[in-house]
Amino acid sequence: MKPSKNVGILGYGGYIPVYRVKTSEIARIWGRDDDYLQAEEVAVASMDEDSVTMAVEAARYALKRAKVNPEEIGAIYIGSESKPYAVKSSGTIVAEAIGASPNITAADFEFACKGGTEALQTCIGLVAARMIKYGLAIGVDTAQAAPADELEYTVACGGAAFLVGPKTENTIAYFEGSTSYVTDTPDFWRRAEEPYPSHAGRFTGEPAYFRHIINAAKNLMDELGYKPEDFDYAVFHQPNFKFPVRAGLMLGFTRKQLEPGLLIPSLGNAYAGSALLGLVAVLDVAKPGERILLASYGSGSGSDAFSIVVQNNPSKGNPTPFISRLLSRKKYIDYAEYAKYRRKIVF
Amino acid sequence: MRRVAVVGVGCTKVGELWDKSLKDLVVESATKALDDAGIDNIDVVYVGNALAQILQNQSNLGSLVADCLGFEGIPAISVEAADASGSLAFHEAYKAVKFGWADKVLVVGVEKMSDSSSEEVSKALMTFEDQDYVAFTGITQAGIHALLLKFYMEKFGVKHEDIAMFAVEAHKKASKNPYAQFRNLIKLEDIFRSPVVADPLRLLEHTTLADGSASLILCPLEEAKKLKLQPIEVLASSTATDRFFLHERADMLTFNSTVKAAEKAFKEAKISRDQIDVVETHDSSTILGVISLEDLGFVEKGKGANFVVEGNITIDGRLPTNTMGGLKGRGHPLGATGVYQLVEVVWQLRGEAGENQVKNVKVGLTHTVGGVGSFASVNILGCLG
Amino acid sequence: MTIASAPRYWREIKYRYRLIGSRCLKCGKIYFPHRHICLVCGHRKLEDYKLSEKGVVEVFTVIRRNYPLGYEKNAPYIVGLIRLEDGVKVLSQIVDCHPEEIKPGMLVELTFRKVKEDGKKGIIEYGYKFKPIFR
Repeated sequence: MKPSKNVGILGYGGYIPVYRVKTSEIARIWGRDDDYLQAEEVAVASMDEDSVTMAVEAARYALKRAKVNPEEIGAIYIGSESKPYAVKSSGTIVAEAIGASPNITAADFEFACKGGTEALQTCIGLVAARMIKYGLAIGVDTAQAAPADELEYTVACGGAAFLVGPKTENTIAYFEGSTSYVTDTPDFWRRAEEPYPSHAGRFTGEPAYFRHIINAAKNLMDELGYKPEDFDYAVFHQPNFKFPVRAGLMLGFTRKQLEPGLLIPSLGNAYAGSALLGLVAVLDVAKPGERILLASYGSGSGSDAFSIVVQNNPSKGNPTPFISRLLSRKKYIDYAEYAKYRRKIVF
Repeated sequence: MRRVAVVGVGCTKVGELWDKSLKDLVVESATKALDDAGIDNIDVVYVGNALAQILQNQSNLGSLVADCLGFEGIPAISVEAADASGSLAFHEAYKAVKFGWADKVLVVGVEKMSDSSSEEVSKALMTFEDQDYVAFTGITQAGIHALLLKFYMEKFGVKHEDIAMFAVEAHKKASKNPYAQFRNLIKLEDIFRSPVVADPLRLLEHTTLADGSASLILCPLEEAKKLKLQPIEVLASSTATDRFFLHERADMLTFNSTVKAAEKAFKEAKISRDQIDVVETHDSSTILGVISLEDLGFVEKGKGANFVVEGNITIDGRLPTNTMGGLKGRGHPLGATGVYQLVEVVWQLRGEAGENQVKNVKVGLTHTVGGVGSFASVNILGCLG
Repeated sequence: MTIASAPRYWREIKYRYRLIGSRCLKCGKIYFPHRHICLVCGHRKLEDYKLSEKGVVEVFTVIRRNYPLGYEKNAPYIVGLIRLEDGVKVLSQIVDCHPEEIKPGMLVELTFRKVKEDGKKGIIEYGYKFKPIFR
């Protein structure tokens, strides 16, 4: 999919909460080996944070960079699988918090971990069609995992926001195109009344994650006529450490291209925030002229791939914290506090 | 305009009175006051109560009190000014007699708190402050007092221990008051061993849930002379307010409501501060007790704690204060407190204060605060003739 | 448990989300929270005024007991008086730090957090809190 008019990124922001729990601490509680762990520690939202509050923080960072009048934002889309209201759009609250209401369209997107990149695609489409001037796309989650489930060792909280608009010479980067690959593949899901997701174990690998990401990325590169060497960075959805690295290598990327976007070891998997936070980390270090491949993955399943070209030095004059700073700002909590903050103790 | 006298007083004990309902408390204190005055009918009743609507789900207290006392058909007025409701009720009653509107007026202060949990009460106490921007932060009344305490200590370089002495003094007098909630003596060590309620304020520095009712009867001084040997005259009664938001006040540590009410009262009574023999002031926490003594003008701002530590507020001190235990020792049944203070000053003036009797009492002052200083009332009673 | 009032919450949304107070059109005095009549000059026309989002902590306490119903889950929490860059003071919770880490004069900035929830079925009330400035 190539937009008819070029669309660029005017501002972006990532938000990671302060608290961390070490995965070795989680392993201690459940009596697991800790040499299996894919992340060293994961970010945990406080009692008074949720997907909406984190989305507001990320959005405010994006707006600080973009310096646009919030009333000119025509759409706000939030991708999340941990919406605090099953019915009441998170976008309504975020729009109000940034001063963008009421002349705006808003909706929440759900497609597991790729809700945020869908929001991005939709904003790109609306901007390219000149139906809106600016669009705000957010991917954010307070990722859920049942106590003692394997997922507990990777799930995390965090999110990222992107303000997109017409490409100009001042935009930070622009989109060359996007491709999606979607099928009905039940690898990981959460039924409507359930608090925690379920998954099909090893089925989440080859037929799910790999099939969709590889196809989306390949189709994108074919459509645009690119090879892995044409990219400087490749960012993938990170449910663990092995998958994004293996997918990257399978597609022909090198570890050097993958490393800047790999946050899982110190952040964990923030579901719909994962790939977009990886993109933020890459933008923090990217230089003008560099090209980024971004491929998210949402269980159920699908993958959205994008090609992004950097125009202006993203880190220059950045008034908001870098991802590296957000990652280094941390306070450790133990499993008991973790269970309390993540509402695993019901009271 | 007529001169006004207090001719009857009565009160219940203060405490967690499980057996007594709101109505039971009212009947007990009011009948005691009526008997004390030797009368059995009144023209109008004024009721002071702070939280019955919230904690007891009971409104329309004026009519309720008139009914349970058997005074059919009389006018009944219920007033509210947070924890100064009792003083406000007295103030209104005083005006009614002073301006010739009524001849025999009953003032009833009542509060029933122990039916509710501490959390419900904590939330209810915050109804005295702005709901949308102060209570909304989750701060408690103790939390606001804690901010004042910290600010005061930093500004004036005063030790927490010195401020905490206010509570030690309170219990000393309360231990000799048969109506008091707390009869035990406490030491500074006890205070600093008690849990922190809101940093750095300790549990034993702050009042707690209390039930109680106090009543008094007012009538023109001329009529009083016919009824009693030694009528107690109301020399002044005044009220004032201050900015509702603590943080909007020029000086958070001065309650202008108290300052203004005191100024007006001393002017009305035509007496000076050194003529005051006893003071009943508002120590819902130790820091408020200290600030109150300063705002009333008895001691310079910043020197209140020192004044207490030097022994000036004891029964035989320079300025006997909170002679029956004050809010901390006798107890603080919110809307009733203002009337308890008046009853206690009357006891002092009559020589009926028992072990806490101050010598040669001719003039007494009561001072009650609503919320964190957004309202204040000062009353002066005397036995000058 | 009382059911939180949705309309009452809704009326304060823009003020609480974006820290909007009032400014007197006659004497320029700024207030938070918003008000209709100027306390200084009595003027009746005040406009919406967006307050600064940064300030310093003047004094704070930690609420440790008797939490008002609905606030107990965040216990214990810090509440402080913050003097914003434009001189206006605001009472607010301070988050993302331990009490030992706060010193009077510490720089803080606005953040958006949950203030309370009306159980599992009622509305979530969001609003302003402050956190240590972070760059």
